[in-house]
Amino acid sequence: MRDVAIIGVKNTKFGELWGKSLRDIVVEAGAGALEDAGIGGKEIDSLYVGNMSGGRFIDQEHIGALIADYSGLSKNLHVPATRVEAACASGGLALRQAIMAVASGYNDIVIAAGAEKMTDVGSEEASSALAAAADREWEGMAGATFPGIYAMIARLHMHRYGTTSEQLAEVAVKNHKNGSLNPIAQYKNRITVDDVLNSIMVADPLHIFDCSPITDGASALVLAPADIAHKYTDTPIYIRATAQASDTIALHDRRDITTLDATVVAAKRAYSMAKLKPEDIDLVEVHDCFTIAEICAIEDLGFAEKGKGGIVTANGETAIGGRIPVNTSGGLKACGHPVGATGIKQAVEIVTQLRGEAGKRQVEGAEYGMTHNVGGSGATAVVHIFSRER
Amino acid sequence: MSSVPRFWRSLGSRYNLEGTRCKECGEYYYPPRNFCVNCRRIGHIEPYKFKGTGEIISYTIIHTAAEGFEDQTPYTLAIIQLDEGPRLTSQVICDPDKIHIGMRVRSVFRKLGEDGEGGMIYYGTKFAPEDS
Ligand SMILES: [Zn+2]
Repeated sequence: MRDVAIIGVKNTKFGELWGKSLRDIVVEAGAGALEDAGIGGKEIDSLYVGNMSGGRFIDQEHIGALIADYSGLSKNLHVPATRVEAACASGGLALRQAIMAVASGYNDIVIAAGAEKMTDVGSEEASSALAAAADREWEGMAGATFPGIYAMIARLHMHRYGTTSEQLAEVAVKNHKNGSLNPIAQYKNRITVDDVLNSIMVADPLHIFDCSPITDGASALVLAPADIAHKYTDTPIYIRATAQASDTIALHDRRDITTLDATVVAAKRAYSMAKLKPEDIDLVEVHDCFTIAEICAIEDLGFAEKGKGGIVTANGETAIGGRIPVNTSGGLKACGHPVGATGIKQAVEIVTQLRGEAGKRQVEGAEYGMTHNVGGSGATAVVHIFSRER
Repeated sequence: MSSVPRFWRSLGSRYNLEGTRCKECGEYYYPPRNFCVNCRRIGHIEPYKFKGTGEIISYTIIHTAAEGFEDQTPYTLAIIQLDEGPRLTSQVICDPDKIHIGMRVRSVFRKLGEDGEGGMIYYGTKFAPEDS
């Protein structure tokens, strides 16, 4: 296996991009990443794109080919393009496929992209498409919504560990603060705990400000073998681990409703592969599709004792400048959550931080970063670890 | 909300709380599985009708409805552990202020939802407090 480096990154603006189509934003992200890496098209060996639900959101399948076409990688070059789907973990999984292609020696320069255009349909239709990431027959047919499923995780977490609505709200408050420092974020407004608690109840105990929004956006990365990365950039960022795990699609079948075993196992595999411990990680982008998801994530990834995620957050330990900064980008909550793009966007944020280019949200001296991308309510988890030094 | 064939396929399970059981390892399955996740290839699955009693593991009160459930809000949704062991997701018919973790419930036959106005009405199992 070869070491793999990231030599180029780019996010589009995240938000309600009504004036742009999926193909527009993908080209923007892809071209930006190539420019960042200083390469053209001829060197590209393959393309992996994370996209959850093009068929539902824009009535378009065959997304791999579409993107290759509009990126100019089909004409003459005929670059192979593969769509990767794992619900909201599609982006993270596209990155993992790209890493394996380079690590195996099968490919050299590979693009990992992620994209979703969610605002071309109404919010009800978008919610229905998202609900398809849960068990449609045995959760959806009972009237379950995605916020409802995470609300049941939150309810039991509160019951068992004493986690409070205020502690959940602190996740949103922190992530909005971080988002206010990120030029691409959908929401740059700061909010308070009271704003969260006074917002509309979606699925008790989750308010609308506990939920990530409907978002358009695309992100792209350029990967290369570590041995030749310096040919393209002075600041390659190295992949130290890629790991993935699965769990039951329905929440009710899990060993423990408050623990995402897929995250625990993927993290264990990643730490082992990187020969690192949670204490070694300087910052992490976690999958905060709901505030409770971030609380569970920091516990399941080993950054907080089980049940203490709420307290750790309220104490400021996960803020920029804290013990383990979480979601410096603003997370899914403030940055926005274009489902297929999120896993790639998380990697873009970590690369930006490890390069020392994150501006006002820079984590000083960051050496090791982690991303954590979840599909559904935890049926898929993808964890990556990155480093500044090889 | 869903397709008619998909619903029809599981009618017995939804109407009568019919699941399955593995003769090899004794594990009960609801929703039914026809492949034992413990024994995998050597499992022997047979039908099993659940008693319909159980306990609430967690719950929520849904204010923003799923498609097809708009006229039911707010409605309670819970993960229920049947006394035989398996868990499922279901609505619970009760005062939202009274629902709690650990509450004993029993299955009842009710309308589940409908496919828009004039569309198919889905019936099946919901749960109610055991003492009601
Ligand atoms: Zn068995």
